Amino acid sequence: MSGDITQLWVYLSTSPLLWLTVTLLAYQLGVWVFQRFGFSPILNPVLTAVLVLVILLKLTGTEYQAYFKGAQFIHFLLGPATVALAIPLYREVATIRKTFVPILISLVIGSLAAMVSAVGIAWALGGERLLLLTLAPKSVTTPIAMGISEQIGGLPALTAVAVVLTGITGAVIGDLVLNWMRVHDETARGMAFGVASHGIGTAHAMQKSRVSGAFSALAMALNGLLTALLLPVLVSLLR
Amino acid sequence: MLGNLTLILLCQLIGEIITKVTKLPVPGPVIGMVILFCGLFFSKKMPAELESVAGFLHRYLPLLFVPAGVGVITNLDLMLRSWAPLAGAIIIGTAITVAVTGLVMQLASRRLKPGQQELQP
Repeated sequence: MSGDITQLWVYLSTSPLLWLTVTLLAYQLGVWVFQRFGFSPILNPVLTAVLVLVILLKLTGTEYQAYFKGAQFIHFLLGPATVALAIPLYREVATIRKTFVPILISLVIGSLAAMVSAVGIAWALGGERLLLLTLAPKSVTTPIAMGISEQIGGLPALTAVAVVLTGITGAVIGDLVLNWMRVHDETARGMAFGVASHGIGTAHAMQKSRVSGAFSALAMALNGLLTALLLPVLVSLLR
Repeated sequence: MLGNLTLILLCQLIGEIITKVTKLPVPGPVIGMVILFCGLFFSKKMPAELESVAGFLHRYLPLLFVPAGVGVITNLDLMLRSWAPLAGAIIIGTAITVAVTGLVMQLASRRLKPGQQELQP
């Protein structure tokens, strides 16, 4: 009997179907929990799904690579979904034109705030130089952040982790912070999510408002470019 | 539907080729987004089907980040070792960034109301 179960497990664990399905189940569990318990921001569906999956992988002793064989089908859609952000952006092109100067001002100040706060806080809490360089690009989308991290001498793999955690943190605490600071303009809320927490922030902003989602997508793209240009220069100045 | 999905993938493919050839530090899909945006901007048309493909992809956008998120599992020990600077930089740093960006954008756009703004393109 236990031999049969082992055989079944060997079959399932090598097939992409298992972890693909479990990822979808974990996310739907996350959405269910989020809706069931009054849409509390701490119950962010991405956070729940990631926690559930990490625990499941640890319990079953599954390697991330084996998990990713199934999950890659979901991960692949990130590319086309990013390209498709052109559509909400195009819809809001009139608003973007009207607020072009404020967009640039808040982008530059926000982008600097992201880099300086990350490095400054990590330094104050006793982080070593390697960790500071790893954390500096944490607010931009993963592929850009990993590229910058490598260029300035950080640890790209840990940067990727910091990027994801920053995205989730932004989605969880963003609305609380913005309400508290009395930022109610949808354009401003979108900029804040896009600059601080890239794609995960954009995904969150998009669930709430079309305008915020479009501004967040724009801010994410522009902040990626600006950070890639600025950070290597800032680091060389500090050397 | 199929034609529009192909269009999106084609933009991504061109974007990937451009980043590989020019060695720009920008991901292919972001270039693809710029290409598709320029296409829409200059053709001044929005195919209804393209909107429905985008609507589908964006409805489940948070789900698409889950596989990458589970990647934290590969660095758990390093994270546990330097948890304090990591958590501080991520939680406090993100709160500061959200607050600063949102406040500056709201202030700047209320100060520079349309009409008073001569710098506009």
